[in-house]
Amino acid sequence: METYYKPEHLPQFPSIAEGNPKLAELFFAWYGEVFKPGALSAREKALIALAVAQVVQCPYCIDAYSKESLQQGADLEQMTEALHVAAAIRGGASLVHGVQMLEHVHKQVMA
Amino acid sequence: MGAAETEKLSGPRATTSLVSRGSPLASTREQVQTLARLPLRNFADAAGTLRPASIEIFQINVGKLCNMTCRHCHVDAGPDRTAEMMTRETVDLCLAALDRTAARTVDITGGAPELNPQFRYLVDACIGRGKHVMDRCNLTVLLTGPCRDLPEWFAARGVEIVCSLPHYRKRNTDVQRGAGTFEKSIEALRRLNSAGYGKGDPRLRLTLMHNPVGAFLAGDQKSMERDWKEGLVANHGVTFDALVALNNMPISRFLEWLQTSGNLERYMEILVNAYNPGTVQGLMCRNTLSVGWDGRIYDCDFNQMLELDARTPDGRAAHLRDFDPQKLGARSIVTGRHCFGCTAGAGSSCGGALA
Repeated sequence: METYYKPEHLPQFPSIAEGNPKLAELFFAWYGEVFKPGALSAREKALIALAVAQVVQCPYCIDAYSKESLQQGADLEQMTEALHVAAAIRGGASLVHGVQMLEHVHKQVMA
Repeated sequence: MGAAETEKLSGPRATTSLVSRGSPLASTREQVQTLARLPLRNFADAAGTLRPASIEIFQINVGKLCNMTCRHCHVDAGPDRTAEMMTRETVDLCLAALDRTAARTVDITGGAPELNPQFRYLVDACIGRGKHVMDRCNLTVLLTGPCRDLPEWFAARGVEIVCSLPHYRKRNTDVQRGAGTFEKSIEALRRLNSAGYGKGDPRLRLTLMHNPVGAFLAGDQKSMERDWKEGLVANHGVTFDALVALNNMPISRFLEWLQTSGNLERYMEILVNAYNPGTVQGLMCRNTLSVGWDGRIYDCDFNQMLELDARTPDGRAAHLRDFDPQKLGARSIVTGRHCFGCTAGAGSSCGGALA
């Protein structure tokens, strides 16, 4: 394997059924239902998926949901805002742990 | 309309016509051959031979003159396209042919059809025959001098307006259709709303038409309609009745963009891989006759732009001069690789998604 990530793996995703067809069938059926327009539009779901893809750093998902966001009518500004929401949560999630740090510091250091 | 007058046509310009640039793709033969050279399956192998159903829509393309030059235009329309303009004589041939069909809808397109001097005569003649008339409008033309009164004029006649608006936000609209298009389109929509359009009155129906702004398929039509409605009313106070989503056809200026951006083969693979047999029954070529500015007859507006004439069973290219609905009803529909654009995903026709 010359690289860990290969673009052709994305269309080969269904081959994951090889080791357990039943679980794969359940997963793909559920996955399909999740992305159908419902209380959220297809565009909103694609933007959420794009933001999550950035956070979990999945190049397959970034590829798929960049395309899907465009196809479902999102534009670059909306996609960029979705990314900033993801980045803000990720950054905020780091920073909010600073309160734990503060507790340790306040407990151990003379005020 | 003379060259000096067309120069005065105000409108956004995203590019110029292939014809004006002397591009090889200005040749329809070159377009067909470009698609034929790709290592893909043929449309006939997927869909077989297509036969027409009864004619429901009589589509008339009155010419290629337009105040805009959008990057994805399948007509290669523009302000320089003054030579291709339907005359009164050909309009009368259209009306005579229309009277020999059971078509209930007349779909008038271009270019910007409103710029043809015979446009109002044609609309009135069709309304007088009790037909449902659709005008395919680029919106910005409604702000040009000779067309400013059209919203009220259309409303008085109950003409359905089908407008191009690729996105409910500025960026993607302007990148496809030219800087300033979005603001002008919003102003035109406001005028149509003021004339009573887009408020749920079935007599004053306002439909928006979305084309993807790039090398991907049109998304979920219903879901996008909701986004478009929310976005336009919240940000601009504009309303409309329905959104139709159409795939871009790999012909003319969109074909040029696919080639120059390195997307041609990938886009064609997307279309071919997304072939949906469930769309074939409802394809517009089966219930529509498409007439060109010069009276030639085609299976659809896309075949028209590739100059792939409809042919009667005796092999003759069909023309209004010898219009014979029975012979046309017995024809085979002319297909090619571009037809994958209408059968991909949810399908695509002048009326939007098919499946």
